[in-house]
Amino acid sequence: MSAAATKIIQPLPLNSTTTNRSPHKALFNPLKTIPISSFPASTRKLRLTKPNSPHARRRSTSVFAVSDVVQEKKPTFNTFFPNLLITKEEGLELYEDMILGRSFEDMCAQMYYRGKMFGFVHLYNGQEAVSAGFIKLLKNEDCVVSTYRDHVHALSKGVPARAVMSELFGKTTGCCRGQGGSMHMFSKEHNVLGGFAFIGEGIPVATGAAFTSKYRREVLKEGDCDHVTLAFFGDGTCNNGQFFECLNMAALWKLPIVFVVENNLWAIGMSHLRATSDPQIWKKGPAFGIPGVHVDGMDVLKVREAAKEAITRARRGEGPTLVECETYRFRGHSLADPDELRDASEKAHYAARDPITALKKYMVENNLASEAELKVIEKKIDEVVEEAVEFADSSPLPGRSQLLENVFADPRGFGIGPDGKYRCEDPKFTEGTAHV
Amino acid sequence: MERDARVCVIGEDVGHYGGSYKVTKDLANKYGDLRVLDTPIAENSFTGMAIGAAMTGLRPIIEGMNMGFLLLAFNQISNNCGMLHYTSGGQFTIPVVIRGPGGVGRQLGAEHSQRLESYFQSIPGIQMVACSTPYNAKGLMKAAIRSENPVILFEHVLLYNLKERIPDEEYVLNLEEAEMVRPGEHITILTYSRMRYHVMQAAKTLVNKGYDPEVIDIRSLKPFDLHTIGNSVKKTHRVLIVEECMRTGGIGASLTTAINENFHDYLDAPVVCLSSQDVPTPYAGTLEEWTVVQPTQIVTAVEQLCH
Repeated sequence: MSAAATKIIQPLPLNSTTTNRSPHKALFNPLKTIPISSFPASTRKLRLTKPNSPHARRRSTSVFAVSDVVQEKKPTFNTFFPNLLITKEEGLELYEDMILGRSFEDMCAQMYYRGKMFGFVHLYNGQEAVSAGFIKLLKNEDCVVSTYRDHVHALSKGVPARAVMSELFGKTTGCCRGQGGSMHMFSKEHNVLGGFAFIGEGIPVATGAAFTSKYRREVLKEGDCDHVTLAFFGDGTCNNGQFFECLNMAALWKLPIVFVVENNLWAIGMSHLRATSDPQIWKKGPAFGIPGVHVDGMDVLKVREAAKEAITRARRGEGPTLVECETYRFRGHSLADPDELRDASEKAHYAARDPITALKKYMVENNLASEAELKVIEKKIDEVVEEAVEFADSSPLPGRSQLLENVFADPRGFGIGPDGKYRCEDPKFTEGTAHV
Repeated sequence: MERDARVCVIGEDVGHYGGSYKVTKDLANKYGDLRVLDTPIAENSFTGMAIGAAMTGLRPIIEGMNMGFLLLAFNQISNNCGMLHYTSGGQFTIPVVIRGPGGVGRQLGAEHSQRLESYFQSIPGIQMVACSTPYNAKGLMKAAIRSENPVILFEHVLLYNLKERIPDEEYVLNLEEAEMVRPGEHITILTYSRMRYHVMQAAKTLVNKGYDPEVIDIRSLKPFDLHTIGNSVKKTHRVLIVEECMRTGGIGASLTTAINENFHDYLDAPVVCLSSQDVPTPYAGTLEEWTVVQPTQIVTAVEQLCH
């Protein structure tokens, strides 16, 4: 079949079938073209036909290549566009990033069960395509804001694996000096603005970073400031007030931000379909005047195409975009989650769509790289991760003097002590207590 | 705002309306709609947005139209404002100022008459100051804007009409210092915000009765200025705290503990704390009056302490 033109008007979900089912009915009918049994939590139900309403067409203004591209295809997971979407270098970069994410997270699991890592650790296995697809398109000055599932976002943005690993081990050499932990990965150098434990908390912060970008361009007259912010969050967050409030504000002021929903269908044990009145998250964008797009998040190339469009829109000053990536986490919500609620066939279905295997197949089939070259990358990453663990292991634990150090940017905030001097001026200050 | 282009104001009705108590009047005309940003009614989100902007280089001033509305922003103030400098290992600073009118007004009803200083005081990483006169309002505001720490500046609804001569030249006050309002010998009265005026009114009566109270406006609610307070306690040996926030878990409760821990040897009598009743502020005028500490109660308390 011929390559479809890359011209789209409405925000469409992918893999629409040829039968014309109404969007609402399709929620409960499994797609017949894919031989997977349907069950309540299946994402099959989210794949819909085009919304027929002219209203939907009128609302969206942006152009997305992805949906049209896949429309005419057989809806199996690993058929790709004959015209190559990436160059060899780009492909290798994406592959390396995803392998790094996967190996790192697997190593985290090992280290956790060996007692080197503690608390709540949320692993990203299976969702690497979203991180690689989006973040690899950014400049260093662009900001990324994430949630507690943030290790791989930090890695994709450029934070060294050893810094992230030592942070997880709670050592002083960690990216946040061991004070943040798994859920609070920050890096000023790479513009990673966290790492937030409560869901939805990071979205306003991302909106603020985008606001700064606009402020710098318009008030501070830094005309070339076109920094974009990406806010990553999950399906559960899309029922939270902060999500909607920020969609409104970002649309109102046309902030350079992309809202990326990593819809992995489960919020710990709560299925997205049980929690949401209208599970199609991309539809919530047009309610605020923002284009909403649904993308196959297990396919890094499709994610990348959608990301390119959204990020370019933001850079041009056309405002925010809402991108819903349909993805899946192969492991439980966190390492403490027994993961008993998810159906085995659902897991198997997504395991078969592993983004790393898919990209590997694509690159080999299209002669972008040989198996041997990819193996070299895998070996290199293995070494990087091993080295990160060694580095973290051998790093020192924080001492008592670090306890009071970063509470205030200006330590005069600890106040004037009974002797009339600022408490922070006392040389033994950091050995004391923090009460004010 | 003129001195530093990164300073901006974010809040509801701060721009075209000039602020609910006209604090930001005409600023939007001078600086434009982006520097004096009128937000939709989404406290949690615009507070978070200001925090994100502060992390990336701006210096926003967040206005809560009434301090009570900031309860909706508690998530962002506690989790992000207070904590991010620490959890990022010192990488990001949050130089925000959160300000707004609070306190008990004239029959505004329970929800518009809240004293949030006690709710916010436990949050690690923030500083709290309460202004009480035009002079210290200006000085503390400037200090708060220039500070690298997040500062919550508590203003009081009934104090906006005060008039005072203030210096023309620029002055910046110290965020962590208390203010000596009236030096004295017999007893130390610690207070802040509107209660300062009730205390001064009581002081007039007390002076006529032959007492010599020392009145200190603590101004800095977190951290306490233990030096000024301590010197006073060492001199008078008796302490009365007069505050507007609730008795349970209030600023007075923390201050009592701090004084007991640090200056126990200097006290001749237990620290007495007069606070508002632990009730939602009633609408009825008489009930509202009995909720807050009145000058007569202050006089009685001093007499009892100094007997």
